[in-house]
Parts: sequence; C-alpha cells; structure tokens
Amino acid sequence: MAKTDQPDDLRYAETHEWVRVDGDEATIGISDYAQDELGDVVYLDLPWDASGSRDFKAGERFGDIESVKATSELFIPVSGALIAVNNTLQSTPELVNSQPYGDGWMLRVRLSDPAEVAKLMDAAAYTEFLKTAGH
Amino acid sequence: MSADTSTDAAAPRLKRTPLYDEHRALGARLVEFSGWEMPVQYSGILEEHRAVRERAGLFDVCHMGEFHIEGPGALDFLQGLVPNNVARLADGQALYTQICNEQAGTLDDLLIYRLADARYMAVVNAGTMESDWAWFTKQAAGHADMTLSNDSDTTGLIALQGPRALEILQPLTATELGAIAYYHFAEGTVAGVSCLISRTGYTGEDGFELYCASGDVVTLWRALLEAGAPHGLIPAGLGARDTLRLEAGYCLYGHELNEQISPLEAGLGWSVKLEKGHDVIGREALLAQKQQGLPRKLVGIELRDRGVPRADYVILRDGKPIGALTSGTVGPTLGKAIGMGYVSPENAAPGTEIAIDIRGKAVPAAIVPLPFYKRAK
Repeated sequence: MAKTDQPDDLRYAETHEWVRVDGDEATIGISDYAQDELGDVVYLDLPWDASGSRDFKAGERFGDIESVKATSELFIPVSGALIAVNNTLQSTPELVNSQPYGDGWMLRVRLSDPAEVAKLMDAAAYTEFLKTAGH
Repeated sequence: MSADTSTDAAAPRLKRTPLYDEHRALGARLVEFSGWEMPVQYSGILEEHRAVRERAGLFDVCHMGEFHIEGPGALDFLQGLVPNNVARLADGQALYTQICNEQAGTLDDLLIYRLADARYMAVVNAGTMESDWAWFTKQAAGHADMTLSNDSDTTGLIALQGPRALEILQPLTATELGAIAYYHFAEGTVAGVSCLISRTGYTGEDGFELYCASGDVVTLWRALLEAGAPHGLIPAGLGARDTLRLEAGYCLYGHELNEQISPLEAGLGWSVKLEKGHDVIGREALLAQKQQGLPRKLVGIELRDRGVPRADYVILRDGKPIGALTSGTVGPTLGKAIGMGYVSPENAAPGTEIAIDIRGKAVPAAIVPLPFYKRAK
C-alpha cells in the first residue's frame, strides 16, 4: 500500500472515517488511506441542508462519496446532532484528496454520547489496523 | 467508508504482463482485470486522462489476445466468422468487427489486421481470449487450407495515445509515421524493437498501438517513456482508458456488448456488412433485426443534476423503468456526468427527458447523441 498519514490527534473507525473532538463538538472526514484508495473524488452526496435538523446515531450512513472509479458509503462513527456540513465540497470535492484532515472535512456534530469516542481507534491502532487488515 | 467496487490488492494467481515490474517501480495501483493484475492508475485517473487528451499517455495492453490466421483458406474462414467485410482489406490495413453467435449475440469485439495475402491477425479482449480461441478453433473445423495459432502469450502490445503521439514516436523509428493512415499499419523497428505499428486506439485521440515480441516489451516501454517525457507523456492505466473510451462513445465488452446484445443494437451497424456476399454466423438473426427493427438501442445519457451515473443503474421515464446503464462516469474532459445504456427505440431519441435512479433518487437526465467527445481534426 502507498504510505499514508494518520495524525495522532484523531480517532478512527474501521470504515476509515476520522473524528476530531473539540469540547462537545466533533468534526468528521475520511482518512488519507480512504481517499488514496478511492482515487480522484468527483462528487459527494452529503446532508447539505440538514444542519440543526438531523440527529445521527453512531454507525449510521451520512452520505456517499464518488470517485472516478467507484462509489462508497460514508458512516458516522459517533452519535450527535448535525451542526455543519462542509459546503465547499459541493464545488471542490477534490479537497477530500488533497486535504483529507483539513479542508476536506465533511460534517461537524454536537456529541450526544462523548463516551463513544474512546471506543474508536487511536492513530497507532488504526495504522496497525491498516497493516493487519491486509490493506 | 465501504467501497462497492473492490480495490483490494490482487490475488496471487492472476496473470502478469512483462511490464509488471515497471508498473510497480512507477508506483502504479494494481487491480484485477479479466484475470490479469493490471495498473488502474499511476498518478491519478484525472491527470492521466488529461495527459492523453492534451499531450500523450502510454498504456500497457499486453493482456489483449492475438491470434494468427494463415493459409489460402484464411479469408473464407474469417468471412464466415465476422460480420464485417474482411475481403475489402488491403495489405497493411485493419478493421473493427465482432464475432457473433447464431442469435446475433456478441461473443467479442475485435480488430482484424491483414498482414499479407492469406495472413491475418485477430486482436481480441483479454477477458474473452480463451472462449474466443475455443470459438475460432471450433469454427475452423472443416477449413483444411488454413492454420490458426494463439500467440497471445508471446505477443506484447503498448498503446501510445494522444495528440503528441506522432512527434514522440517518429524519432524512434525510420518508418514514415505520417504515411500510416487511421486503421492502417506498417511493420518497422521502434527503438531497435521489431514492431507492427498500427494507427489505432481506444481513447478518441490520435495514436499508435505497437505490437512486438513479449521479450521486447520492457525495452520498448522504457524507450517510449524516455522519449515522451519532454513532451509530457506519462504512463496511464485502465482507469483513464475507461473514462477516455467512454467519452469517445466506444463500447467495452462486458458492458455495452455481451452474448445477449447484437452489434446492431450497440450502434455498430456501420461495421456489419451483410451484403458482403458471404454467409456469416448470426446472419439470419442480424437480418431479422434489420427487417423487424431493433428491440433496444444503445444511447448516451447526460445528467441534468449532480451525481455520478454507474453501470446497472436503472433508466426512468415518467417514473417507470425503461432500461439500464451499461457504463457511467464523470467525463473528465467534458466535466459532465455521462453514461451509456439500452432503451427501446421509442425512448432513444436525443433530447428525450429521462431520469437515472441513483440509490433510490430519480436524478434528471436526458438522452444525448453519441459520441460525447470528438477530437478536433
């Protein structure tokens, strides 16, 4: 596999989404490994207009991501109320490739069960997961 | 994230082309394709696609199959096997055609090269090579005055495609490339390697396909990459090959063509010559389709709203299913979401308003003419 980056300050799901916690808020995106596997991202179907009106449960599908070659589903690793969606991805989906942990973020939620975060993998565990899962 | 399309590392039993180590060294992402471990991309599908449209790209297509048909009976055999008219070929000329079953279903699409009088080469798809070979040998029974050989394992094939292909290739060969017309070829030497230099391709751009001995493929590949680098040539994988051919409206076997689809339905009637004065397998069924009308036609579609059409998505008209897509993508050159699929003739007129069912959502679309992309000449 290509060398990918797994920042230490994030938590990771087995479905390759990351979570960055700031107080009772969490930002969600997909990992460097995930964007590398997908290749050029051309379109995202996210809950663009649903801020403030949607509650997600951990593991729920929150959208789809389309690369030139494939379609994938996106799953939210934590439960929470949607605060913001990264609307810049509507016009520049390639940010997911170029800055998966930065401007390529997807959702921000207010955590309804902060204890869920601890169940996710830290960077070391996720890096090991990528190796042992045969990736 | 969970991918619908597996991009897992290829299983060890897959076949590899002579360029496998080159692909690894170039950092290619390798995937399974028709039983082969092939590069799907190097630097990225969009970048490789753009390079082929604007400059040039180099493709490993060694997985394709090559059969030689030789002897006084070769032409008669081929005329009975393929619907196009092989008799019209001059030495140094190639044609596109299909092999059909008795029901006019397409067993494969292929190129036939006339190497010389009574010497032909057929170039078939990798995924159907074995079944094609079985079909060729079965149909050859009773043709005593010709021989068949399957040279797929000893023949290499590299495609150099893009507007700068000629200027990249010319310094490597004494053969006058400008004199080779589209769908013609010459035998010559490229970078010291004996090649059949064919002005053909699968990208919608000008370019060449170079056939050589398997043992010479690495030499040829390296020489082309080196000579092309100053012109912006980069290696390109199957991912870009697919987006390029789709924009150009070319059929891909297993998608637009299969054993249930006739070449007439696929819009390939220009290559079906039933008046050629020779019986051919599938002739009755093809004639019947011509006389009674086609049950369905291949069409191009374009989304009117955001989304990405994919193979197998259902085509809707007034909320009712009227067909399904066989291919789809976002066309990198066009910047539009495009696809191909089959609908009945009454739904096939360009401009017809339709929708594509994308995971339960009816996304507005329209029937558009094929091809989506045609290069400026």
